[in-house]
Amino acid sequence: MLVSVYRYNPETDLKPSMQDYQVEIPGGKDLMVLDVLALVKEQDDSVTYRRSCREGVCGSDGMNINGVNGLACITPLSEVVKNDKLVLRPLPGLPVIRDLVVDMSIFYKQYERIEPYLQNDDPVPAIERLQSPEDRAKLDGLYECILCACCSTNCPSFWWNPEKFVGPAGLLQAYRFLADSRDTHTDERLANLEDPFSVFRCRGIMNCVAVCPKGLNPTKAIGHIREMLMERGA
Amino acid sequence: MANIRTMTFDGVIVGGGGSGLRAALELSQSGYKTAVISKVFPTRSHTVSAQGGITCAIASTEPDDDWRWHMYDTVKGSDYIGDQDAIEYMCSEGPQAVFELEHMGLPFSRNEDGRIYQRPFGGQSREYGKGGQAARTCAAADRTGHALLHTLYQANLKNNTVFFNEWYAVDLVKNQQGHVVGLIAICIEDGEVVFIKSKATVLATGGAGRIYASTTNALINTGDGIGMAMRAGVPQQDMEMWQFHPTGIYGAGTLITEGSRGEGGYLVNKDGERFMERYAPNAKDLAGRDVVARSMVLEILEGRGVGPEADHVLLKLDHLGEKVLNDKLPGILELSRTFAHVDPVKEPIPVVPTCHYMMGGIPTNIHGQALGQNADGSDRVIGGLYACGEAACVSVHGANRLGGNSLLDLVVFGRASGIYIEKMLSSGVEQQEASDSDLELGLSRLDKLNQSSSGEKVADLRKELQVIMQNHFGVFRKGDFMREGIKKLQAMRERIENPHLQDKSNAFNTARIEALELQNLFEVAEATAIAAEGREESRGAHARDDFTERDDENWLCHSMYYPETKTLGKRKVNFAPKTVPTFEPMIRTY
Amino acid sequence: MQVSSVTNFGRSGLSDWLIQRVSAVILLLYIVCHSAIILNTPEMTYALWRDLFAGTTMRIFSLLTLLALCAHAWIGMWTVATDYLTTRMMGSKATLVRLVFLIGCLAVLAVYFIWGVIILWSV
Ligand SMILES: Cc1cc2nc3c(=O)[nH]c(=O)nc-3n(C[C@H](O)[C@H](O)[C@H](O)COP(=O)(O)OP(=O)(O)OC[C@H]3O[C@@H](n4cnc5c(N)ncnc54)[C@H](O)[C@@H]3O)c2cc1C
Ligand code: SF4
Ligand code: SF4
Ligand code: FES
Repeated sequence: MLVSVYRYNPETDLKPSMQDYQVEIPGGKDLMVLDVLALVKEQDDSVTYRRSCREGVCGSDGMNINGVNGLACITPLSEVVKNDKLVLRPLPGLPVIRDLVVDMSIFYKQYERIEPYLQNDDPVPAIERLQSPEDRAKLDGLYECILCACCSTNCPSFWWNPEKFVGPAGLLQAYRFLADSRDTHTDERLANLEDPFSVFRCRGIMNCVAVCPKGLNPTKAIGHIREMLMERGA
Repeated sequence: MANIRTMTFDGVIVGGGGSGLRAALELSQSGYKTAVISKVFPTRSHTVSAQGGITCAIASTEPDDDWRWHMYDTVKGSDYIGDQDAIEYMCSEGPQAVFELEHMGLPFSRNEDGRIYQRPFGGQSREYGKGGQAARTCAAADRTGHALLHTLYQANLKNNTVFFNEWYAVDLVKNQQGHVVGLIAICIEDGEVVFIKSKATVLATGGAGRIYASTTNALINTGDGIGMAMRAGVPQQDMEMWQFHPTGIYGAGTLITEGSRGEGGYLVNKDGERFMERYAPNAKDLAGRDVVARSMVLEILEGRGVGPEADHVLLKLDHLGEKVLNDKLPGILELSRTFAHVDPVKEPIPVVPTCHYMMGGIPTNIHGQALGQNADGSDRVIGGLYACGEAACVSVHGANRLGGNSLLDLVVFGRASGIYIEKMLSSGVEQQEASDSDLELGLSRLDKLNQSSSGEKVADLRKELQVIMQNHFGVFRKGDFMREGIKKLQAMRERIENPHLQDKSNAFNTARIEALELQNLFEVAEATAIAAEGREESRGAHARDDFTERDDENWLCHSMYYPETKTLGKRKVNFAPKTVPTFEPMIRTY
Repeated sequence: MQVSSVTNFGRSGLSDWLIQRVSAVILLLYIVCHSAIILNTPEMTYALWRDLFAGTTMRIFSLLTLLALCAHAWIGMWTVATDYLTTRMMGSKATLVRLVFLIGCLAVLAVYFIWGVIILWSV
């Protein structure tokens, strides 16, 4: 199979290029894209990418696979490869550090900006804070985010305004804390989001939902935040 | 100082997993200048993979639960070589540590009354083994590790901990007095090498499952902390004790949590027989992991395995119904569909025992202080060095870890290390100094790689190493076969110390990191091999064909591997808990 | 952290967003009303047309629509400008370009509005 990999080393290359590798896929196996990358790296140890868990839970290996953002470790070849060709590029819209490794600082900064931690000013009880199963269920579909950035780097609004628009991943987490019955800082959280950029740059085109490898729905969460902002405004 | 930059902190923690982050939180809360070094962004650490939960007697689902019962189970599970003072500390402090996690925001699953949901796990009992199965594992669906790790990272953000993400710790810096004064680290992004100086250095580098060809562990679990400690002359404890998890997905190695058996799933052989009823009539599929894993291998060896090669068994979950599976085991559905091409709602999952957890590691006391040994066998604290988490051996797991006890170990002893270091810092300890020559250990290793012009490929060497370990030091072990394995390993050392690094770039050079990791893997593998060959008995996860019985007369003790001489010694197990009577060794049945 | 910008004339994202929605509804209503009137009038003469616009209700409705149109266009243009005419997309000259562009938009909209009011009140 032909694997075409985006190559860029800031030390030696003036600009990025695509490099082709011929990879022998062991008979009859439906490998994951990450396995193929490992085979490429055996040929050429300078090919650079991130990886850790190899089971889709750590969010290290988000990349653009034949044009679609996804996690290399849980994307089987059968799902993406056509005409025996695999094209691997870094996640779009972020500065490239080297090859498939992008600089995620701005993505993390937007995450930190929404104050991604529980805030509760009531005195802590001797045991856990109680939460009904119904209230807990509101966190499903939110807390599972693995910060892989597949969504935010597929979002035009985030490409245009990465410093000001929080982006789908950050907003999903913003809502995770807004939705938590144990958090008492709802008002401050909302106040931090009501400017024209943070939330309202979302155009609702659901590019984020289309690529989330965990099947999460940032657009829906953004809708909920907007509703909460409206209620607060009224 | 040589010609590299020096950075100074009160405390430096190597590792952004559950244990490292918990230790860091404690320190940064107290206002000390704390740095966390992690070779991956913290939430990409292996703790994120933990599924089933964190075991702790918080008396929620099990309203009259008692931490002493948990302690009893843990001592028994360890096959009596877990230190009872440490287990006592973990089980009694546990509830506080778990409540703190909840207060930080961990999204635990809930019971109707609003308290934390707990599920049954293997080896859990009520009333010191007499009251039947207990449900003691606190869970956030089957994504407890993810929830825990993200919560701890978030808590550290709140407390402004300094993070060095994607920095790789190369070696410890130990001065002539034997005091650890910091470490050599390399920034992966730009290749800069620095000396990080600190009054307390904490190794929280996690496990090393990648010494085996088939493992549930992440690709980054290469035992770096163990390798670093050994190169600095620190002995390692119980390195022969490797847990093989009964249910790794056949062919992929990905884990299916024990919680799936806790929720009511069970194992069957090719005849559809629930064979654990034969091996463990009482606990059945929820016996200790070592017991279940061995039973599975016996089934396979006796020809009752499943598949064309008859080399695995099946885990049945479909009878639990779609609703329970969706609510309680959503991650398992995802993993099975992706990696086993099986939908557990309809079909059983092909599973096989898979290397999972390192019970051994850097010996420490309950304050996380790393321990060496004096000539008379008594403990000697190694100045400046601490360890916690899977890299450490406190030892609460002894010869076999119970499910859910690792996450508890992380937070209890991560916290304990932080508390102790804080106390030590506020008592005004001095920063110890290092000379140029003390930095040489790490720097020369880097130089050698950068100079390499010949030698073998890292990937090839790694594969060879993993196959040796898989074949010679697996679930069942045998003396002559292990000695052959040790010879093969010894023949590899020279080659592993001199691999060929083709890519010498300074920009995000993962090839260099993989070469350094390989050398750590090798140190761990060799220690495991020598310790396994040396312990002439069967205990917990260590099962020998040539010494099939537990031998309390000679081996009711920890093994100690001395890296400088590559020999094996012993260390006493602690049988003196402070508030409860000693749990005396008994025959271990489930 | 609050996000602000020199050209951030909107009071808040929420009001901008609401104005966009409300103005869109008004525009839609206006179009629907007029389509209905035209369809239900067998033969549209200038006189009829004049009478229609001479009524106070219609005048207010038209004025409202004009306002909605201007507000809608303004917020839209401002959003487009802050998406594309940014330092990120075109370097340091972006702020000036954006300012000029937005002042241009504002001028055009102002002209349209005044013109529209004059027409409405002249009938
Ligand atoms: C699939 C799976 C499921 C599990 N499920 C459970 C469960 O349900 N319950 C339970 O109790 N236990 C479970 N465990 C065990 C438990 O998850 C681990 O033992 C535990 O997470 C280890 O945590 P840690 O903090 O010690 O290390 P890790 O989480 O492994 O973190 C190690 C850290 O060290 C850093 N690091 C390592 N080397 C270097 C270096 N050289 N330089 C810089 N940084 C370095 C890494 O970047 C990482 O941040 C499971 C394990 C696996 C494999
Ligand atoms: S729905 Fe919103 S957040 Fe998602 S891709 Fe579209 S603009 Fe971005
Ligand atoms: S929402 Fe989905 S795609 Fe976006 S960062 Fe989280 S897991 Fe990744
Ligand atoms: S390697 Fe962890 S998500 Fe792919």
